[in-house]
Amino acid sequence: MNQLPRLRAPRARALPLPANGAKGLVEIFSFATAAFVLLLLALFVAPQARAQGESTIIIGLSSDKFPETERALNDLPGSGLATAPQIVDALAANRLYFNGPARKLYFADEAGKMFDAATGEPADVMASALKKVRINNAVRRSLDAARGALTLMSPDPAKRKAAADSVFKSRDASALPLVEAALEKETISANKKILEEARAAIIASDSGAPEVRRLEAVEVLKSRGDQDAVSVLTTIASWSEGRVKAAAESASSVIQAKLALWRNVQNIWYGLSLGSVLLLAAIGLAITFGVMGIINMAHGEMVMLGAYTTFAVQEWARTSHPGLLNYSLFIAIPLAFLVTAAVGILIERVVIRFLYGRPLETLLATFGISLILQQAVRTIFGANNREVSAPSFMAGSFDFGSLQIGYGRMWIIVFALAVFFALQFVLRATSFGLRMRAVTQNRRMASSMGIDTNRIDALAFGLGSGIAGMAGVALSQIDNVSPNLGQSYIIDSFMVVVFGGVGNLWGTLLGALTLGVANKFLEPIAGAVLGKILLLVFIILFIQKRPRGLFALKGRAVEA
Amino acid sequence: MMETRKPLLLSLIDTRGGIFLGLIAAATILVPVLALMVPANSAFALPPYLVALFGKYICYALLAIALDLVWGYCGILSLGHGAFFALGGYAMGMYLMRQIGTRGVYAHPELPDFMVFLNMKELPITWWGFQSFPYAMLMVLLIPGLLAFIFGFLAFRSRVTGVYLSIITQAMTYALLLAFFRNDMGFGGNNGLTDFKDILGFNVQAKETRVALFVASCIALGAGYLIARAVTESKFGKVVIAIRDAESRTRFLGYRVETYKLAVFVLSAMMAGVAGALYVPQVGIINPGEFAPANSIEAVIWVAVGGRGTLVGAALGAIIVNWGKTFFTGALPEYWLFALGALFVLVTLFLPKGVVGVIDQYKARRAATHKGGTAAAPAAE
Repeated sequence: MNQLPRLRAPRARALPLPANGAKGLVEIFSFATAAFVLLLLALFVAPQARAQGESTIIIGLSSDKFPETERALNDLPGSGLATAPQIVDALAANRLYFNGPARKLYFADEAGKMFDAATGEPADVMASALKKVRINNAVRRSLDAARGALTLMSPDPAKRKAAADSVFKSRDASALPLVEAALEKETISANKKILEEARAAIIASDSGAPEVRRLEAVEVLKSRGDQDAVSVLTTIASWSEGRVKAAAESASSVIQAKLALWRNVQNIWYGLSLGSVLLLAAIGLAITFGVMGIINMAHGEMVMLGAYTTFAVQEWARTSHPGLLNYSLFIAIPLAFLVTAAVGILIERVVIRFLYGRPLETLLATFGISLILQQAVRTIFGANNREVSAPSFMAGSFDFGSLQIGYGRMWIIVFALAVFFALQFVLRATSFGLRMRAVTQNRRMASSMGIDTNRIDALAFGLGSGIAGMAGVALSQIDNVSPNLGQSYIIDSFMVVVFGGVGNLWGTLLGALTLGVANKFLEPIAGAVLGKILLLVFIILFIQKRPRGLFALKGRAVEA
Repeated sequence: MMETRKPLLLSLIDTRGGIFLGLIAAATILVPVLALMVPANSAFALPPYLVALFGKYICYALLAIALDLVWGYCGILSLGHGAFFALGGYAMGMYLMRQIGTRGVYAHPELPDFMVFLNMKELPITWWGFQSFPYAMLMVLLIPGLLAFIFGFLAFRSRVTGVYLSIITQAMTYALLLAFFRNDMGFGGNNGLTDFKDILGFNVQAKETRVALFVASCIALGAGYLIARAVTESKFGKVVIAIRDAESRTRFLGYRVETYKLAVFVLSAMMAGVAGALYVPQVGIINPGEFAPANSIEAVIWVAVGGRGTLVGAALGAIIVNWGKTFFTGALPEYWLFALGALFVLVTLFLPKGVVGVIDQYKARRAATHKGGTAAAPAAE
């Protein structure tokens, strides 16, 4: 393996250097960051020598032997061969051909046009007359490393970052000079950090490097502090000795402790996010089921109608008011509330009011309504998923420590809490809320006091349905908008309400968040499906212990 | 009833039951004759697929009777009876899988195809013994019965009633749905159990086997009806009905309500398991979809349509609704869900006692006008 620090540099630029004197020096400074390496290049890498290096690579690649191919690929990034990127791309795409006896290498472009790999000139050969350069796993590893090294200096910062990451993972010692050269040129601080970490990974993994430098490198890795750093450090600790081993071990255990902490924080965050979705879906149910005692199996379909309202509003904005597209959610939220509240009131007036006091029949009738609504939406909008795009303020994410927080999830949590407190306000501080609670507690007494219980029933059912519709707006951002949307939430929502306790919104809040967080903590241990089963079993058992949920309603209404 | 002192079996059969059993007997004779004896080109010949379809209806009818026993007579609205049905079906499916033997794609003498595919080395303990038909039939009864026992024991002891019970039965079948979808469970995962070859040495696809399965289903339905009748007409049944109508009062009278409920629930689950076991060889597949909560709710509507608390009505409802489903999904597939949904709403609003209830009302009114109001309405409710 050729360990000389060679820089891949376009031949046209590198060649005039020694000849041009002062002007060349100016150019050196204009290349600024690569100056030192270029100087080295000028001194060591005479064109002759490089030409020889190139031909070794061509010969190696056309030898049809895996070890030779591998060696050639390892040397390729440092060889300065101008066609190196095309060669690796062609090899990766299985488009690299060779002519064994003539020691010639060709690559085909995507259209199948053939080029001479040594010069990059079009070549007049037929692919069918040539043999392909074969690949095995070892070659593929070298190929990946070569591609990584070649893109370290790509003009595209994102590509450079990816290349630096792959060097970090491969820790290929031969890439060190390239990393250092790239480090000098790099201007973006984030990329610079990754390059430094890649360099540290290489140095720390190099048993021949001085101990001091290796210890420094371990420190850099420690400051990176993620799972990749841990895997590098544990590998180092496994074969190193003395202080490096100790340093690597302590660094990896420090990182692991920190990671474990962040994993928990992340689980809690994901759990809260899931919990807020459950809360949105369940809170409307808490009104209809908890406060009014109506089992509304069509509740999920109210959520679904809300999501379709969002879709319809967005389509309307897209076609007639493109300027509003980004803010269509703000139109969709009140509109979804109104649409689903109206549907809810209609259902209450037409069906449910005849079934008060017969909860099991209500359950069946509303299940029938849910089938009708699903099929109606399927007939109108089609059975396929509809896409609702996220507005710009809900896209993207920001970092909080090691935690990546998506704006979409964050706003849904905020929205869920806002809906929850708004509802609390309506129930506690408005006259409608007062009447509703009165009807819940004692229907006949409330009626005697002049409350129009029929009207309150209809409005309360409308309120619960409307909130389900608003939940649909939020869910359209994170789930597929399809006629089956509601079904996937209905059982979970019932679980939340039953777990939290009927007739108490705080119970719903606590139930939703508990189930969300518990779900996310169970998932990594038991798997997503088994986690969910465990949770269902837990709730079934929990109901045995507290048949009326966490926060049970007390008083005479309970047995009614 | 008591003072007439008929023989036990006859005392169970009232006019309605007589008609019902007569119809079953007629089907048991007519279907084999039409399917096997009438030449295939005759207009009266019954093609094998129709035999299997009718057999399916009969199994659903048995499931409906099982559900009616707990809902109509004991007031327990189970939204998870599909789970017992499916468990019985799985027990039968496991027997049928073990009968495939070396005829599977991978020709493994012991493991079903999907296990070979999943790289399982030996038969999981849950599958032991299922090559034996008597053992499988025992499991058809025991597994749903055991689940119902554990579930019911916990639920009834803590006095979980009404809609809460309905919701947790739904959660139970949903949890089983998720569980059976997992490949690790060792029950075929998503694809379930299928590609059956033989039952008791007879080809499941053969016309004669299908007819035999149909006859077996009819016999099971008749037996299930008689057992349900025997239970509801006994003193035990009177207590169960009392629990339905006034649970607290029955408890205060000194009856152990939860024991009665548990007994009825377990019996009903076993009947549902038998229905599932007969269903599987006739449709040729059992997969986790059978656990879907919607299936269990659909079974409830069969009972509601026919008339709950009448047994005959439940069976009738299952057959009517499923015949409608076959018709709609063939002729107007788009509208089946509309029709089913409307059925749910209209039956609960306008036919709270179902079809049989309407007939009873009509009869009672006619009797009242003829005899000057002396006849009371039949004690169906």
